[in-house]
Amino acid sequence: MDSITVLMTSPMSDYLENQLKDRFNLVKLWTYSSKTDFFKHNSHSIRAIVGNTKIGADAELIDSLPELEIVSSYSVGLDKIDLRKCQEKGIRVTNTPDVLTDDVADVAMGLMLAVVRRVCECDRFVRRGLWPKGDFRLTNKFSGMQVGIVGLGRIGSAIAKRAEAFGCPISYYSRSEKPETNYKYFSNIIDLAVNCQILVVACALTEETHHIVNREVIDALGPEGILINIGRGSHIDEPELVSALLEGRLGGAGLDVFENEPEVPEQLFGLENVVLMPHVGSDTVETTDAMADLVIKNLEAHFLKKPLLTPVV
Amino acid sequence: MATPNHPGNHDHQSKELPQVLVLEPPPIMKLHGDRFLNDFQLLKAWESPLPLDQFLSIHAQSVKALLTPGRYPLTRNILQLLPSLQLVVTTSAGLNHIDLPEFQRRGIAIASAGDVYSEDVADMAVGLLIDVLRKISAADRYVRKGLWDTKAEFPLGSKLCSKRVGIVGLGSIGQEVAKRLQAFGCRIIYTSRNKKPSVSYPYYSNVLELAADSDVLIICCGLTEQTRHMINKYVMLALGKEGVVINIGRGAIIDEKELVQCLVQRELAGAGLDVFENEPHVPRELLTMDNVVLSPHRAVRTPESLTAMCEHVKGNLEAFFSNKPLLSPVMNI
Repeated sequence: MDSITVLMTSPMSDYLENQLKDRFNLVKLWTYSSKTDFFKHNSHSIRAIVGNTKIGADAELIDSLPELEIVSSYSVGLDKIDLRKCQEKGIRVTNTPDVLTDDVADVAMGLMLAVVRRVCECDRFVRRGLWPKGDFRLTNKFSGMQVGIVGLGRIGSAIAKRAEAFGCPISYYSRSEKPETNYKYFSNIIDLAVNCQILVVACALTEETHHIVNREVIDALGPEGILINIGRGSHIDEPELVSALLEGRLGGAGLDVFENEPEVPEQLFGLENVVLMPHVGSDTVETTDAMADLVIKNLEAHFLKKPLLTPVV
Repeated sequence: MATPNHPGNHDHQSKELPQVLVLEPPPIMKLHGDRFLNDFQLLKAWESPLPLDQFLSIHAQSVKALLTPGRYPLTRNILQLLPSLQLVVTTSAGLNHIDLPEFQRRGIAIASAGDVYSEDVADMAVGLLIDVLRKISAADRYVRKGLWDTKAEFPLGSKLCSKRVGIVGLGSIGQEVAKRLQAFGCRIIYTSRNKKPSVSYPYYSNVLELAADSDVLIICCGLTEQTRHMINKYVMLALGKEGVVINIGRGAIIDEKELVQCLVQRELAGAGLDVFENEPHVPRELLTMDNVVLSPHRAVRTPESLTAMCEHVKGNLEAFFSNKPLLSPVMNI
């Protein structure tokens, strides 16, 4: 298939890049100094896009590639892809669900434990040589804390299963109730926030869920409450989150995603009750390879006219 | 709130209250005061100007019960000054501060912390493991240093699911750790003094074989003569270059010098440590490593655990003085 031209939008994985190079004619968007230059050389040859959470396939890109047949995203999130346009033009879209579910759920749990038990703060305390001067203070108990999950999809369910092993009562807000679980359902996010101690954002980013965690929700969660985000930065009204943390109106936060990555509000850097990660929810050797393999398999299936493995559109 | 600190100071008839000797206040007393022990007459040795042996000779000859923290070594010399002692209640999960053979010889009962701390310690063990494998503290440092927007890429972590987790010591704490990690898809195997027929995890009779079959070792056992430096160079080499060690037991269960060497020479992938051989001192080399997570012996320090321990201590003392079975007697020494 090395006559088929595939566009990779950003340097997301060396392994994936090499696999694509071996199988297709690979074009790398980031090697072009300007959009015009890129379009001049490639617009009529590109039949597939491999995008990720940084650069997907927006309307402009899709419209400028008349031979585009498929967008295979190196992510489970689809917020960087103009799905409506793909649907209109009959362009297939695939993503990487399931292979990254465990890893993202693990980071959500790790962030919860890190914030509640102050793991990172303890580590800083020891490294700064403060232990001989006096003991570290008490931290709250994690086991048994009430966990509220926004979005009980694959990742939300995986988080629930893990938190249950710590004796945490689970409640959730989702587009629809899931009667097959015995978790407590709330029909709106405010009630969920009022009734939990740790609120975890695990839903997809859509127009409806943009800023779903706003000032009202943060206030409902309260000064002892903890917010964990492993979804998308735009799920949370970030300036509101920052003021709430600075003013002590929210107890703590564990964040793997931000509204304007890689920018992170610097006011958070001085806070001990937050844990910050650079969008690494699925970044393990095992999972990144599995995601890459899934991207490749979807592309090969498409060009061999076989059923796609994980189609979205 | 702390009550006025005078030996034997209570509002009601102090002579009728059972006596409990306290050589040094345990953390629960430092943080909660001693109101929870109002039904007892506390003999507070540390408040006396007398040297300990004189204090005990004068005041503690008929004392039957002793409340002690984990940091205070209960040696034969102290025991010799307590001829009437029948019970020691310790607030520590570990028993390495107690001369167990001497206590056994004297027929003195020991009431341990039971499983009061087990959930908190297990939570810390899991928190440390996720941090080491997924680099949470390292990621937090990376973001706070402003490195995300630079060419310095953050390294990939390692997946928890399917990892073989070898638990060293499947007591109350070990079982809580196992229960949690199973939910993450880890495969649990263990070694313990005795095989536990009630669990289905594969049992290994020695730690070297356990390490050879593990990706992670979590130290959940107590410190005894048998377990001192049990995690030695051979065990760590058997665990392998991708191996991770988590210690929430006692520092001396691991040969710390060898651990540092293995980490420096990359014979081990990482470590999460809440305890050290010479607390509060931590080997200098660890302080700059990105693949270790360090904690200042905080695994049990939650207000919930401390409150529960107050109730537990009171419960054990009440049981003893009313001739009922102890809540958490230490059986096999």
